[in-house]
Amino acid sequence: MEKGKFIKMALTGNEAYAYAMKQINPDVVAAYPITPATEIVQIFSKYVADGLVDTEFVPVESEHSALSACVGASVAGARVMTGTSSQGLALMHEILYIAAGLRLPIVMAVVNRALSAPINIHGDQSDTMGSRDSGWIQVYTENADEAYHSVIMAIKIAETVNLPAMVMLDGFIISHEMEVVNTLPDEAVREFIGDRKPLYNLFDFDNPITVGPLDLQDYYFEHKRQQMEAMFNAKKVIPEIVKEYNEKFGTDIPAFVEPYRLEDAEYAVVAMSSAAGTMKEVIDAWRERGEKVGLLRLRITRPFPYEELRKYLGGLKAVGVMDRAESHSTQGGPMLQEIKAALYDLETRPKVTGFVFGLGGRDFDDEQANKILEMVKELKDGKELPLYSFIGVRE
Amino acid sequence: MQRLNLKQLAERSQGFAPGHRACAGCAFPSIIRMLLAAGADYNLVIANATGCMEVVTTIMPYSAWPVPWVHNAFENAAATIGGIEKAYKALVKKGKIKETGKPVKFVAIGGDGGTYDIGFQALSGAIERGHDFLYVLYDNEGYMNTGIQRSSATPMYAHTTTSPSGKVIPGKQQPRKDLTKIIAMHRPKYAAQGSPAFWNDLVKKFQKGLEVEGPAFIAVLSTCPPGWGTPENISIELTKLAVETRFWPLYEYEDGYWKVNYKPRKFVPVEEFLKPQGRFKHILKRPELIKQIQDEIEKNWEELLWLESRKPKEE
Repeated sequence: MEKGKFIKMALTGNEAYAYAMKQINPDVVAAYPITPATEIVQIFSKYVADGLVDTEFVPVESEHSALSACVGASVAGARVMTGTSSQGLALMHEILYIAAGLRLPIVMAVVNRALSAPINIHGDQSDTMGSRDSGWIQVYTENADEAYHSVIMAIKIAETVNLPAMVMLDGFIISHEMEVVNTLPDEAVREFIGDRKPLYNLFDFDNPITVGPLDLQDYYFEHKRQQMEAMFNAKKVIPEIVKEYNEKFGTDIPAFVEPYRLEDAEYAVVAMSSAAGTMKEVIDAWRERGEKVGLLRLRITRPFPYEELRKYLGGLKAVGVMDRAESHSTQGGPMLQEIKAALYDLETRPKVTGFVFGLGGRDFDDEQANKILEMVKELKDGKELPLYSFIGVRE
Repeated sequence: MQRLNLKQLAERSQGFAPGHRACAGCAFPSIIRMLLAAGADYNLVIANATGCMEVVTTIMPYSAWPVPWVHNAFENAAATIGGIEKAYKALVKKGKIKETGKPVKFVAIGGDGGTYDIGFQALSGAIERGHDFLYVLYDNEGYMNTGIQRSSATPMYAHTTTSPSGKVIPGKQQPRKDLTKIIAMHRPKYAAQGSPAFWNDLVKKFQKGLEVEGPAFIAVLSTCPPGWGTPENISIELTKLAVETRFWPLYEYEDGYWKVNYKPRKFVPVEEFLKPQGRFKHILKRPELIKQIQDEIEKNWEELLWLESRKPKEE
């Protein structure tokens, strides 16, 4: 493909996911429907029914079995994908750790949705934030276009480091909104990802292997240490693969973080996913008024880009971290705590406060964005702020 | 189908390695050897649920398994083997691997906890989807790996650590779930109950279960000396008594029809099966409770004969 010669398609986030999966043409997809990710399996089943992919599709009876079948298929050497959301991801929780511990490069398209109770089908990130220590690479995308490219890159990243990867987009806000997506031709996708080259062949009957044995005090720790080595390796591999992709196709996808108008900023907010898009607009308006404010969009949270966070945030006077999830620790959202920890070792570090917003799909609007910027500005100017605040909620 | 004699069985058991940590008197190593012997005409791939068998046969860095073997978790052996089976199909279809030598067959193995209870949904789903696999249940009637807790396979009045025989309550209060019949009602290609004491019948069942294309299920009674409170040297005798008392009838379900494979000439009272087992000690002097177990057996037997009475129409 000629660099930058994209095939422009109008796709929703779910359609972009499904279309990427069609082009990847995985060997096995095992999945279960759940709002708002249902369309991914619906569209993909139609691709199977129409013979547009030669994937073996396994329409399982639960998300637990979806990921269990993915683990089986991936152990068998297949390139494997699935998709889910919220309760579905929670039901997979046990197997998330097994997929990572067995070092299986499964790629999962996740649509972020609030967790019950109370039951709610709309977008927040409590589902994947609850999976952050499961050993999966975690990529949060801002829009359908980025989700599309990220899923394709995730295949190569996962298979290079032998770890599973999940790619996220915001429920309904992105999953159901139509945007222009710059797609690649099928051959370009297939050429970029190549074939999976598994480390072991389960079907070598002359040299049978045992996968998933009981691993006690004498070996378990070494295996977990090796698993961490893979995650350390992912820190190196991810920017290389993102760079290769951008250079090859003319995209402009950031690796771990996206700095936005941070050059001479005195204070900034850290935001993720679609909320970062809204925040960029509001920051533009503040910049026009001469405010020295910027944004750092956090795109990948596992492995956690503490070096990049130190680099971009370390010299600022104040930082506000936005979490679309609670940690229920009383110490703020999960990203607030991790970012604070990343900055702690710096000799001079910004003041940091947190914001929990948008739970259960509560719209994140300009008014809330302005409120957040005002508070971070006050923090910069020396005002004492609480550890974190709830934004856009009736109290 | 080749009928295998004992010598052939020994030759064909594919080297399931000694040195595994199964307890003395545990029946499942014998069951596995019979499965591997029956499966020697194929290349087997096995998915094993978490449980005693998984734990004792694969203590890193050792493995007793002479065939490819995968352990995922407790409740998902059926989903795991389904994924493996589909992966094989996809990789062959795409030319990424070649079909060579013996046909490949997919086997899932689970204990009663992983099959009757926590893995029931995954098994039901995998059979409904028609995966080509044989599910082998080794049923020792309780959660033995965690230290003898009740499962829905535990028989009525058996003492376990979570259905203890106390001053007021005499062990488990409910009869077992009739899993083989429930599985048969999924209309798999083949379903059967077997016992290691009837090795000829069991090996034949394994051969049938492996031969059919599509889902097959075989429930095998297994013993657990620590869990059942029995001496280590009577395991096979016990699995024989279980059949002679009709506590564990041998039957199969094929093409919609039922066949009872063994009808004892003389019905042995269930008490003979209960007597050697510590887990029933507390009811041996309570004939009214034993009668309930016997009544349950008669009812089930009658039902089984009734099911068997429906014969295919002659063409």
